[in-house]
Amino acid sequence: MVGRDGVILFLKGLTKTFAGRPAVDAVDLEILEGELFTIVGPSGSGKTTLLRMLAGMETPTAGDIVLRGERINDIPANRRPTCMVFQSLALFPHKEVGANIEFSMKIRGIDAATRKRRALELMKLLRLPEAYYGRAVTRISGGERQRVALARALAYEPEILFFDEPLSALDYKLRKTLEKELKDIHRETGKTFVYITHSLEEAMVMSDRIGVMRDGKLVQIGTPQEIYVAPNSKFVSEFIGDVNIFPVRVTGPGKLVSGEVPGEIAGPPVSDGLHEGYLVVRPEFLRFLAKPEDADNHVVGRVYNEYALGSRIQYHVRAGELTFVLEKLRHEAFEGSLDQEVTIGWDAANSIVVPDR
Amino acid sequence: MSASGFRISAGGRSALPVLALLLIGFAVPLATVIGFSLMPARTFGLSHPPTFENYISIYESTTYISLLWSLGLAAATVVILILISYPVAYGLVRVFGRWSTLITLLFVIPLFVSENVRLYGWLLFFIKNGVLLGTLKSLFGVEWDSILFTKGIVLFGMVYVHIPYMLFPLTLGISMVPEETREAAFDLGASRWQVFREVELPLSLPGLIIGCLLTFVLAVGAIAESKVLGGQVVIPIAHDIEIAFTYAQNWPLGAALSVLLMLIVGVLVLLALRRFDLDRFLGRR
Repeated sequence: MVGRDGVILFLKGLTKTFAGRPAVDAVDLEILEGELFTIVGPSGSGKTTLLRMLAGMETPTAGDIVLRGERINDIPANRRPTCMVFQSLALFPHKEVGANIEFSMKIRGIDAATRKRRALELMKLLRLPEAYYGRAVTRISGGERQRVALARALAYEPEILFFDEPLSALDYKLRKTLEKELKDIHRETGKTFVYITHSLEEAMVMSDRIGVMRDGKLVQIGTPQEIYVAPNSKFVSEFIGDVNIFPVRVTGPGKLVSGEVPGEIAGPPVSDGLHEGYLVVRPEFLRFLAKPEDADNHVVGRVYNEYALGSRIQYHVRAGELTFVLEKLRHEAFEGSLDQEVTIGWDAANSIVVPDR
Repeated sequence: MSASGFRISAGGRSALPVLALLLIGFAVPLATVIGFSLMPARTFGLSHPPTFENYISIYESTTYISLLWSLGLAAATVVILILISYPVAYGLVRVFGRWSTLITLLFVIPLFVSENVRLYGWLLFFIKNGVLLGTLKSLFGVEWDSILFTKGIVLFGMVYVHIPYMLFPLTLGISMVPEETREAAFDLGASRWQVFREVELPLSLPGLIIGCLLTFVLAVGAIAESKVLGGQVVIPIAHDIEIAFTYAQNWPLGAALSVLLMLIVGVLVLLALRRFDLDRFLGRR
C-alpha cells in the first residue's frame, strides 16, 4: 500500500456502482504532492462521484484510496485531512463571513482570538476586505462568496483541496478571473488541488496535469500540452473543442486513405497495429494556401461563413459534404469574401491519427 | 390613460374579493367583539355608552386562573410537541425514505375526522371498563384507576390534537436545509452532532418557529380536550368565554375576555417574531 515518492494520493481500481451500473469504473491514478490536478469530463462521466469518494462522502464499491501510504477508504469525511469546495459552495447562510471561515477551527476548539487572526489572514490572502468579517454571506457577491468558500476550506488546513466545479455558476468574465486567481492561490499555498470541471478550457488554464474522464474511466492523463497536442482518442480530440476530424484507414507509412477526402493523405507516423482511426487536424493548423503545393495536403472548397472569437477568427470552409474549421489570428485574417473558392491545406506533421474509443 | 380618470388598477381590482372577504369575515366580527366588550354587563346591543366595567370586573375576578391554565397548557403542549415532532420530522425528511409518504398519511388521515369525535374515541379507550382498562381486566384480571379526568390527560389530548400543526411546518423546515451544507460541515471536521447543532437546527428554525406559533395560538384557544377528556378538572379561558356567552348570557364579559386573550396572544406572537427574524434565517437578508 505504499505509493511512489512524491505521490500524495494513490487510487487503485477505484470503482463505484449505483444499482449495478458503474459510475466510476476501476480508476487508477497517482496524484502528485503539490500539483493542481484536474479531472475533466462531460456530465455523467462519473467525475463528481470520483471526487466524492476521494473526499469521503461516497463509499467505494471496490478499490483503494491511499493517502500518503495509508488506506483511507473507511475514514469518514470529517476525519480525512482533505476538504472540498462544493459546486453550490454550501456556505452556511446563517453565519457571517468570519464565522464561515472559522467553522473548522471552532470545531477543533481553537480559541476565538486565534480563530479571528487566522480568518483575517486568509481573507487577506484571498483579497477579501477586512470589513467583510462580520458581514452576512448572503450579502456579498458571487465572486466574494467563492473566495469565502475557499478561505473556509483552507482554514481546515487540508492536505488536499477538492473542487467540484465551483466556478460553473459564475458569468464568463468572473470565471476567467477566478480561474487564474485559483491558480495563484495554489502557488501561494503549495497545497495539492484536485479540481473537476466539464470545461477542458478551464482545465487547460489552471492545471499541472489533466485526467480526461469518460463513462467512469480515465481515458487520458497528461499535462495540458500533452492532452492538447497528442489526444489519444477521438473522444479526447473532440472534447478539447472545435477540431477537424474524419475517419481514415492506414495504407502505409505516412499514408492514409479517407472515404471523405479524395486522394491519398499524407499523415503522421502511426503506432503499429493502428489500421483504422480518425485523422485530427486542429483549426489553427489549417491554412489558406496560395498554391496547392504549399502544404502536404490540400482541399478545395468554398468559404461558408466566418465567426469572430475575440482574438481569433474562425472560418468554415465547405468541400463537398465536409466542413473544415480554420482559425486565424485577427491580424492575419482571410482577405477574401464568402463563397469564394479557396484552397486550404495542412502539413502531415501537424495532424495526428487517433483510435476510435 | 383611461377616459374616466377614476379607475382602480388591475392589481387593485384583483385585490377586491380578498379585501371584501377580510372586511366581512374578519374586520367586522372583530370590531363587533371589541364593541361588545365596551358595553355594560348583561346588555345585548351596541348602542349603550361605552364603559370599561367588564375589564375591571375581569381584573377583580379569578379569571386569571383560567387564563394561566390556558397559557401554561399551551406552552407545555408546544414544548412536548417540539420534542415529539422534531425526531419524527427529521425521520420523514432524512431517514424513512419511501416510507415517508405512508407515515405522513397516517398523521393526516385522522384529520379527516372531527376533533371531538377523535377525543371521544380516546375517552372510550381510556374510560373505566373501556378499550384499554376493560381489556386488561378481562385478560389479566388487573384493575387500574382510569387516568381520565386528570390534568395529564388534558395535556395528552392537546398534544395529540395539535401534532400535525407542528409536524408539517417542521418537516418543511428540515427539508429546506441543503444537503451540501450538511456535507460541507461534516467535511470540515464536524461530528454528526455538531453538524446538527451548528447547521441543521439553526437552518430548520423557520419551520420550528412557524410550528410553535401555530400550535401555541391554537392550543391557547383549546377547549374540547378539557371538556371531553378532562371532565373540567381544569377550566381553560376558552371555557370561561363560552360560559359568558351561553349560560351567563353576559356577552360583554365574554367579548372582553376574548379581546384580552387576543391581546395577550398577539403580544406574545409579535415578541416571538421579533426575536426570530424569519427572513434572516431563510438567508433572504
